Amino acid sequence: MGSIHLAKVTKSFGELTVIPSLDLVVEDGEFVVFVGPSGCGKSTLLRLIAGLEDVSSGQILIDGADVTRNAPAQRGLAMVFQSYALYPHMSVYKNIAFPLRMAGIDRTVIDAKVRGAAKALNLTDYLDRRPGQLSGGQRQRVAIGRAIVREPEAFLFDEPLSNLDAALRVAMRLEISELHHQLKTTMIYVTHDQVEAMTMADKIVVLNRGRIEQVGSPLDLYRKPRNRFVAGFIGSPKMNLIDGAEAARHGAAAIGVRPEHLALSLDGGVWKGTVRVSEHLGSDTFLHVDVEGVGVLTVRAGGEFPVHYGDHVWLTPAPDKLHRFNEHGEAL
Amino acid sequence: MATLHTRASARLMMAPSVIVLFAWMIVPLAMTLYFSFQRYNLLSPDEHGWTGLLNYTYFLTDPAFGDALTNTLLLVGGVLAITVVGGLCLALMLDQPFWGRGIVRLLVIAPFFVMPTVSALVWKNMLMNPVYGVFAWIARTLGVEPIDWLADVPLLSIILIVAWQWLPFATLILLTALQSLDTEQQEAAEMDGAGVVGRFIHLVLPHLARPITVVILIETIFLLGVFAEILVTTGGGPGTATTNIVYLVYSQALLQFDVGGASAGGIVAVVLANIVAVFLIRLIGKNLDR
Ligand SMILES: Nc1ncnc2c1ncn2[C@@H]1O[C@H](COP(=O)(O)OP(=O)(O)OP(=O)(O)O)[C@@H](O)[C@H]1O
Ligand SMILES: [Mg+2]
Repeated sequence: MGSIHLAKVTKSFGELTVIPSLDLVVEDGEFVVFVGPSGCGKSTLLRLIAGLEDVSSGQILIDGADVTRNAPAQRGLAMVFQSYALYPHMSVYKNIAFPLRMAGIDRTVIDAKVRGAAKALNLTDYLDRRPGQLSGGQRQRVAIGRAIVREPEAFLFDEPLSNLDAALRVAMRLEISELHHQLKTTMIYVTHDQVEAMTMADKIVVLNRGRIEQVGSPLDLYRKPRNRFVAGFIGSPKMNLIDGAEAARHGAAAIGVRPEHLALSLDGGVWKGTVRVSEHLGSDTFLHVDVEGVGVLTVRAGGEFPVHYGDHVWLTPAPDKLHRFNEHGEAL
Repeated sequence: MATLHTRASARLMMAPSVIVLFAWMIVPLAMTLYFSFQRYNLLSPDEHGWTGLLNYTYFLTDPAFGDALTNTLLLVGGVLAITVVGGLCLALMLDQPFWGRGIVRLLVIAPFFVMPTVSALVWKNMLMNPVYGVFAWIARTLGVEPIDWLADVPLLSIILIVAWQWLPFATLILLTALQSLDTEQQEAAEMDGAGVVGRFIHLVLPHLARPITVVILIETIFLLGVFAEILVTTGGGPGTATTNIVYLVYSQALLQFDVGGASAGGIVAVVLANIVAVFLIRLIGKNLDR
């Protein structure tokens, strides 16, 4: 149905190599999320799969068929762009109908499909409006509607939610996940929001400078990051990375401990530190604690924890949750 | 910002320029209007006085008037058609990356900087001349009888000359508009299965509706007043074949020394221009307010 296979794909823009040889398998029906810092080549990779850029070398297979030289429209993929890329002079109805019209499908069939999609996405009342008269979330839904009516082999999303406000982002995130469960179509989703990655993905691909750092389920990556980069990238707030003498004590070049794996105490523990900024959210408390010889560590305490700037606290890392890295940054 | 006080002082500040501009427009118009009801011929300056609508009657019933009106509309329409279609093609071409694009863009824009009289003379003497013009030479090289452009197809020749001058304007406006077309929209359309033609019809043309409207409106304003090109090439002839309204007014005033008749013609031209303007705004103006 919609399995995607990248074999030794590379991409260069002139002198600049954005993606050195990369292999990746996306299984049919999977929700795969590409994450990585800005400029690491996520969009480029997605555009290679879509066919909007030509690969410099390597092969792209969809359902086992080589589509490396196929035009975007022939690959049977649908893409949702960050800017939505709606057609501004067409009504919502015409926007959603556009791919079907281009495919030369019968008008009555188009009408049924467009209305079906509009109903599923709560757009029925807006069918006659132009994109300019819609809110950001509605535009996003139109873009998704335009993608789903084609019944593609796979959906490609390039940071679809980054233009929305926080609350809407959470709502749309749920809607897209919901959609994935209903359609069971392969989805590839690019984001640099690691909460989106963790919550939506079946499989996360962590990219760094065009290379795959690690592939795995969200909890795999959380529990067993293969290197410092992944360790620092997955999880929020970021994992505390400590080098120097403290790391050497654990027989590693660096150790990492997540904020939620540091036990807080006012009476005693392994590290004594001074509280700097503390963020009281009600449900959680995040403390930035300056520990001598270790550095500033972020600590998460569940619920409320009444300390303030300058107070002294004790921290104890959970021994089985400690990550150790060698001098090359690889996990031991 | 808009308190009553600031608004009043803003009006006061603007008043001088508004008054000057208004006078600048209204005085000539009023004088023309006044002369158009006068019997006033420079050949017999002593016979003057009110004549009512006689000047208008003469001007409108002059057999040359009908020709001039047709010629004006043909000229405007023909040039518009050529510049919009040609400008669109050139803009699409210049939007593509190719070697030497900068130079080609410069060359395409160059005609706009040539003065109308100069370009008309160049066309008349270097290109369209039946004996030593470039077109005649090409025709003879191909073994065809050369056309005497300005004598055989005078109006078409004028249209070509004027269109050549206005092509850069249309190209420039449409090119900048093309460059503002969102690339992600194009890519989305590409993924949606729209080919080159489909993208042109469904994306590019609607995107260009507004700039095309602007081109048409601005060009129309100027094309209604084409004069220099006619004066230096055909002098309105042969017969009245290339006489437009403006040229007719000119020949009334300066060839027949009839100030009253020319003023009436001027007023008719103003009215006609306004009719065309209203018509155009009705027809395509809705593209402007989106
Ligand atoms: N058309 C292009 N020509 C030259 N370089 C390009 C082109 N497109 C992208 N790049 C470069 O490729 C690299 C990867 O870009 P890409 O857009 O894939 O990053 P990204 O991971 O999507 O980043 P972001 O999270 O900011 O969207 C960047 O360094 C960028 O400058
Ligand atoms: Mg990107």
